[in-house]
Amino acid sequence: MSVVVDGLCRRFQRGGPPAVGNVSFSAPDGAITTLLGPSGSGKTTVLRIVAGLEVPDAGSVCVDGRDCTRVPVRERRVGFVFQGYALFPHMSVRENVAFGLEARRVARGETRRRVDELLSLVQLGEFGDRRPSQLSGGQQQRIAFARALATEPRVLLLDEPFGALDARVRVELREWLLRLHEKTHLMTLLVTHDQDEAPEVSQHVVVMHEGRVQQAGAPQELYDRPATPFVASFLGGASALQGRVEGGRAAVAGLHLAVPAGARDGDSFRVFVRPRDVRIAPTTGPSRATNGLVERLLRIGGMARLDVRLPSGEAVAVEVSQIELERLDVHEGEQVNVDLAAAKVFLEDYEI
Amino acid sequence: MAPRSFSRRAVGESTPARLVLVGTALAFLALFVALPVAAVFVQAFDHGVAAYFAAIREPDALAAIRLTLLTAAIAVPLNTVFGVAAAWLMSRYDFPGRNLLVTLVDLPFSVSPVISGLIFILVFGAQGVLGGVLTQLGVKVVFAVPGIVLATTFVTFPFVAREVLPLMESQGSAPEEAALTLGASGWRTFFKVTLPRIRSGLLYGVVLCNARAMGEFGAVSVVSGHIRGETNTLPLHVEILYNEYHFTAAFAVASLLTLLALATLVARRLFGGAGEPP
Repeated sequence: MSVVVDGLCRRFQRGGPPAVGNVSFSAPDGAITTLLGPSGSGKTTVLRIVAGLEVPDAGSVCVDGRDCTRVPVRERRVGFVFQGYALFPHMSVRENVAFGLEARRVARGETRRRVDELLSLVQLGEFGDRRPSQLSGGQQQRIAFARALATEPRVLLLDEPFGALDARVRVELREWLLRLHEKTHLMTLLVTHDQDEAPEVSQHVVVMHEGRVQQAGAPQELYDRPATPFVASFLGGASALQGRVEGGRAAVAGLHLAVPAGARDGDSFRVFVRPRDVRIAPTTGPSRATNGLVERLLRIGGMARLDVRLPSGEAVAVEVSQIELERLDVHEGEQVNVDLAAAKVFLEDYEI
Repeated sequence: MAPRSFSRRAVGESTPARLVLVGTALAFLALFVALPVAAVFVQAFDHGVAAYFAAIREPDALAAIRLTLLTAAIAVPLNTVFGVAAAWLMSRYDFPGRNLLVTLVDLPFSVSPVISGLIFILVFGAQGVLGGVLTQLGVKVVFAVPGIVLATTFVTFPFVAREVLPLMESQGSAPEEAALTLGASGWRTFFKVTLPRIRSGLLYGVVLCNARAMGEFGAVSVVSGHIRGETNTLPLHVEILYNEYHFTAAFAVASLLTLLALATLVARRLFGGAGEPP
């Protein structure tokens, strides 16, 4: 099963900005596709339109080559896992999982067998008689998965499935989702704002911002070749710097970087550089592009994060390993040599 | 014991202040609640148990009881269906005029019941808007049972909607949406998912609605015409008995309404005002 979304538009308030404006992408068969974007980017609305919980003002949704834009929710055969799980609080775990089977009038014996099978699939076989409120967040989430899978959906839709869980449970559940996917190969569409989650669980990522698709592709491709300033700044939490084109090169922080084709002298541009891509060295060593002042140094686990103020007044975030930091022997309030050679350059009018 | 004394010192008042506060509250309750309730029963049994039951078994009293039960039996189910439907509409959909509708639901609470009764006279009475048509059809609304039912339904319609609406708004619609994605029909979703979640609020709304439907005086008094044995409800019957100096009988019948009030309080304890946590 593949999902192809074409020209989706949805506006919640007349005259207001569209929540979703002309969104098109295709989610390949048998893979996990991630819709990645900050909150308010319209990704959940797209997911709800695919599920049939929301009707688009324009555009179409095709599942497996067939247009199902006007097919009512209950006939779409999608499994939807809601952000807050949306379990039925007044039913036991078993009743929750059996709900969809009963709604589809599956025979009682068959229902019992399916529920047992699903509860063991999500490793919660012994919790069948409990109420959802008696389970932990991670367990509730797995029940939500089991309930969605019970009706053998053609497509699995996940809305921020790990958003409300603590970090350790989140990592466990991501791995669990990957194993589950290996078993079922169910076409899955996952919505998240967490840029670390997208490459970990999916082969295909669609980045959204302000109701539009910014870029779609394999996670590594987006990371290496961001197509828009937004993707460049969003993935990897890059710092942004301003500059101007001089002599056909982008002059920034003492460096001259290659600029996109069509740039003229005097054009202003923006540069995005990820903390891990910045090289720093002691000022005593061989000279690099420019010097900067270490304003703040924060140690987080095995990593160190530095805020470096450049002579232009702009700040650049730098991330190095603890080992690297000790080797460099850099401290707060000292000058360091900064190399931004890995920065991505975007002309100002690139911004849509 | 240590934590308890600590919390007392932290948030509590000094002993004299506490005694004054508790004493005031108790005195107020005694004066305005306990004393009147006790007075009703003392007066009712003033001439003995036999006189009490005779007053209740009197034909006009029985007719009033029957009419009150009939009115409640029509008004309460109507308002239950209306209240749930209105709350569902207002909590699940955003549409032009939604706020106006929310305000209109409260109208019967903000209008004096006497005015509510007058509205029905003006609409259905002989000189009213629909009066001519109704007279031709031979249907009697005002000064008859239909008028009483209409007025009671009008006055009591906010109770269920008021109890259910906040519950539905706070719970959100995610479980209903989940039910739909799982292939459930609209009715199945309503009975299996929506209704169980609003059950406590709904029951309490129904109990309150019933108490008011049986106890309503003002609106019913205007439309009833006070025809003994025909258009007298319990509260109207109490008034007539009282005005005719049948104090024991008046209080005996009144004690029935008081018992209803006490039953309502018990029901409140059982169902609570709020729903189960979402």
